[in-house]
Amino acid sequence: MADIDIKDIIKEENLIYTKPKVITDTVMHYCPGCSHGVAHKLVAEVIDDMDIQDKTIGISPVGCSVLAYNYLDIDWQQAAHGRAPALATAAKRLMPNHYVFTYQGDGDLASIGAAEILHACNRGENITVIFINNAIYGMTGGQMAPTTLVGMKTATSPYGRSTELNGYPLKITELIAQLPGVAYVTRQSVHTPAAVRKTKKAIRKGFENQDKKIGTSFIEIVSTCSSGWKLSPVKSNEWMEEHMFKFYPLGDLKDSEKESEESYKKYIE
Amino acid sequence: MGELKLMKGNEVIAEAAIRYGCDGYFGYPITPQSEVMETLMLQKPWETTGMVVVQAESEVASINMLYGGASCGKRVFTSSSSPGISLMLEGISYLAGAELPCLIVNVVRGGPGLGTIQPSQADYNQATKGGGHGDYQTIVLAPASVQEMNDHVGLGFDLAFKYRIPSLILTDGVIGQMMEKVVVEDQKPRWTDEEIKEKYGDWATTGKQKNRKGNIITSLALESEVMEKHNIHLQKKYREIEENEVLFEEFQTEDAEYLFVAYGSSARVCQKAIEIARAKGIKVGLLRPILVWPYPKKRVSELADQVKGMLSVEMSAGQMVIDVKLAVNGRIPVEHFGRFGGIIPSPAEVVEALEQKIIGGK
Repeated sequence: MADIDIKDIIKEENLIYTKPKVITDTVMHYCPGCSHGVAHKLVAEVIDDMDIQDKTIGISPVGCSVLAYNYLDIDWQQAAHGRAPALATAAKRLMPNHYVFTYQGDGDLASIGAAEILHACNRGENITVIFINNAIYGMTGGQMAPTTLVGMKTATSPYGRSTELNGYPLKITELIAQLPGVAYVTRQSVHTPAAVRKTKKAIRKGFENQDKKIGTSFIEIVSTCSSGWKLSPVKSNEWMEEHMFKFYPLGDLKDSEKESEESYKKYIE
Repeated sequence: MGELKLMKGNEVIAEAAIRYGCDGYFGYPITPQSEVMETLMLQKPWETTGMVVVQAESEVASINMLYGGASCGKRVFTSSSSPGISLMLEGISYLAGAELPCLIVNVVRGGPGLGTIQPSQADYNQATKGGGHGDYQTIVLAPASVQEMNDHVGLGFDLAFKYRIPSLILTDGVIGQMMEKVVVEDQKPRWTDEEIKEKYGDWATTGKQKNRKGNIITSLALESEVMEKHNIHLQKKYREIEENEVLFEEFQTEDAEYLFVAYGSSARVCQKAIEIARAKGIKVGLLRPILVWPYPKKRVSELADQVKGMLSVEMSAGQMVIDVKLAVNGRIPVEHFGRFGGIIPSPAEVVEALEQKIIGGK
């Protein structure tokens, strides 16, 4: 072993993977086991692959991914809590040749920003939405979200989410799939290499749909929050597979162009 | 040049924005200002200048659309009335924090709460003292005629971009709904994307360029030292605006022994009140702030050396009077007269108030 120099190994022809160009060298603040890191990387890879760094505008939310702008070297707008789809609406309409995406958590998108996401999707804005659903408010310390599963213990449902007190977990993705303005709705995860590849394909499709101007693309990524769930990263993945996927099943919910006015007329006749 | 028209104040806001080369409007219907969006939708500027017009789902969405558009270096505006502006305040605070230029029009109605759809000036404090959370200011223009509604669109945008600050037109149902003759400007071209990159590429989200890092529009700074530095920068900017951009008008102040201080529609009432008072031999003049922030403090202070008393006339329970009192600093009597809840004071009432509160009270 002593005669092998590491410098001889680091060569172009031996390279099988590099960090996406768009990812900065800033150390991410995410907890071990958090899905954000992988999701960020996939968005970055798609931007690299499509060579659209100079034409992409990201909208970051309030929540753990508020600082996403430190990790991807593109132009960013940081939105007020829940309002990312409103920012994206204006940015895309005023810069139609740019790729505009929002990156939002479930507290941001499904609770305080429910109106903005529903109406942006209903208008069929030609934007891509990356929706990280870990069923909890991560940044503020693990409080109950609209997506929190029944019985799930959080800082504000310490005895478990009760339907009497808190109602039911919100399947906002299913709701959005009903809207005629939406082109593509899918639910994915990033807990295995195969899932990561599928999610990357979905994100790519979401961005490519912006070229086709066929309506909103909505990509939910069912995610882990080891700190909020108070589980180890490995246990978090197991818990997610066992509980989250049951309520939030993976797969495509809609894949078509948005309804035209003609088809809507036919439908109401 | 320009073109002479007979228009409503609200309509001319829309007309002026299109002709100025504005890039986008985002709004939500509310009385008494819905004519702004209605005029835009009727004009279809997207077919002529390429201006974008979106009816948003709420005032909250409108103001955040403004944030998205302003972040791109585009000239965007919204309009609303009092309860709608209250909903927008969070967004206005973000716009101020992120230093985004834009134009917001508040056609004020009587409050509090759902209040009334009749005109009022009770949003003065909200407009001139920040309004939302945090230490911030917006430039506040107070048109007193349909012509000024037209002029303040351009002026509002110019100041907004000069200082990277939101501009707010503070008007009311009187000016918004009344028709007057107005000269509108000739059509100006919208800025091209290349021009915007050239002018504002150093901060706007126009797409990351090779020679710079990604631009980030945010009002967030987690470290308090950084946030304090940002606040000091903002305050410095506000002082600079106070130094450079004061704008006011005077009527018959040369020989005045008494002074009305009023803005917007109240100033129109005061002009008539001056006629009545002068016919009675009372030498009264008017100071009309055209911008209510920055406030013409120095001029108010100078006039305090000349006149025996000042009456602040407002359609509110007395908001601007505090700024007058601060400038006068106790040297002469300063009183407030106002009708509120949607009532417009009559000129005779104003003269009576002057006689009772200032002349009689000295």
